[in-house]
Amino acid sequence: MSQVRHFRARRFDFASFFFSSLAGLSTLLILGILAWILINILMNGAGGLSWHFVSTIPKKDFFVLANTGVLPMIVGTTIRVLVMTIFVIPVGVITAIYLTEYAPNNSPLTRVIRAAVNNLAGVPSIVFGLFGLGFFINFIGKNLDALLHNPSGVWGQPAIIWASLTLAVMTLPVVIVTTEESLKAIPQGLREASLALGATKLETIVKVVLPQALPGIMTGGILAVSRASGEVAPILFTGVTYYMASLPHSLTDQFMDLGNHVYVLCTQSPNIEETRPILYATVLVLLMVTFALNFVAIIVRARVRKKLRALG
Amino acid sequence: MAEPILQKIAVAETHAVTAGSPPTSPLIEIRNLSLHYGSSRALKDINLLIRERVVTSFIGPSGCGKSTLLRCLNRMNDLIDTVRIEGSVSVGGHNIYAPDIDVIELRKRIGMVFQKSNPFPKSIYDNVAYGLRLQGVRRRSELDASVEKSLRRAALWDEVKERLQTSGLGLSGGQQQRLCIARAIAIQPEIILMDEPASALDPIATSRIEDLILELKKEFTIVIVTHNMQQAARVSDDTAFFYIGELVEFGPTSRIFTSPSQKRTEDYVTGRFG
Repeated sequence: MSQVRHFRARRFDFASFFFSSLAGLSTLLILGILAWILINILMNGAGGLSWHFVSTIPKKDFFVLANTGVLPMIVGTTIRVLVMTIFVIPVGVITAIYLTEYAPNNSPLTRVIRAAVNNLAGVPSIVFGLFGLGFFINFIGKNLDALLHNPSGVWGQPAIIWASLTLAVMTLPVVIVTTEESLKAIPQGLREASLALGATKLETIVKVVLPQALPGIMTGGILAVSRASGEVAPILFTGVTYYMASLPHSLTDQFMDLGNHVYVLCTQSPNIEETRPILYATVLVLLMVTFALNFVAIIVRARVRKKLRALG
Repeated sequence: MAEPILQKIAVAETHAVTAGSPPTSPLIEIRNLSLHYGSSRALKDINLLIRERVVTSFIGPSGCGKSTLLRCLNRMNDLIDTVRIEGSVSVGGHNIYAPDIDVIELRKRIGMVFQKSNPFPKSIYDNVAYGLRLQGVRRRSELDASVEKSLRRAALWDEVKERLQTSGLGLSGGQQQRLCIARAIAIQPEIILMDEPASALDPIATSRIEDLILELKKEFTIVIVTHNMQQAARVSDDTAFFYIGELVEFGPTSRIFTSPSQKRTEDYVTGRFG
């Protein structure tokens, strides 16, 4: 007597339905917010955007359409981000190399450094601004002037270099952490193979470890650029200025900045209705500059990855 | 300090076996070697003589310390913070744990092939040339000649000569392991340490590696760690059997496998445990 048991009829799985819907809705919400921001800015800002707008140095009363232009702000934001990158990448990478390759795991010093890096990441950006003013300008800058006998004061005042260094300190944790992760992902076997061939630790790091970690290091750079390009608080006291009649000539000049300019347009305008289109156009330019800086970094990283993959 | 009896027997026997062939002196002398990982002892008072230009195999169950001992011979254990070593290892009469020994120089003279093949993510050519470039060799003709010679000696040249500039990672597992052997012999070491070099390979690739070992022992002293007892029997002249950090028995491979003097050795080589 053979009895075939029937399969139970499929039943509606309420829990799965509920949670997959919830996950889908959360995703939609995020996409929706992003789309709303971008569309709003594009719709309202595109009208004010012109070649004249992005290539002109504004006059002092830049709240009216006839006097406006954002060239110095584009230049200022771009330069401060690039100079920051030049400082933050080497310092961050060397710190990460020390932590992963040299520092004895779990020694008190290593733990202190890691804790410091994590805490640095949690410091509010305005505090970095005050730190930059106190440390870079008043301490390093003023002493540099005294040392070089500059009575007029070249270094001891807000400047691009100090704003960039302040941003570099702020973005240091993200570069250190991403670089550390990419160094840890490299198989120990590769390091051993190199050492067993009579390479020193330094040779192993330079020839085997770092080339492999390059895409990860660049990810750290990209995250740092994204974070820094829109930040205003750290540069308020350290380099940005309300108005300059010309482009900055050197790293010791002050500069105008897109993010700061958005704030100025929002809060200082005598006629809000007249300024609004300029404000939207400026926000659009800020977004474009941020995306452009990221885009360049992502393209370079993709090239490096492709080259590594050709060999890997 | 009393010389362990075991070791005297081993030396006597190995000399007997090589009578008639050119005399081979002990190249590596391991004396009273103990190794601790933190508070646990991984090797206990090892005494062993490894002869020049023969293949010596280390066998034993997992965790018996054979790989750890192998890594003592080129001081790879230095990389682990918690390791503490007592006793001495002499290579050609020099204690390699003496304070004035240059570890970099030591590792140039004692090459190593790892269990998991680990070619660099570089071209085949750059893999083999890596060690030479470290030593400052820059002349293209010299590098070319050395790369070809090393790949030939590793029995890989014919398979890769058309694609030297392609990635070493594009090779099969067995080819990758032979590439690692070519990379190791390119810098002309005196000794090659092999840590289970064929454990991840299929039987055909394994037999190619074994043929290669027999070929290489004409020029190099080879110490090989293996899980595979048939492999130890096929390729090695001397065999050391380890059990839980101790050297149980050491002697000519033929004797270890046919008439071991220790019960534990017999149980292991006949497959009763392990």
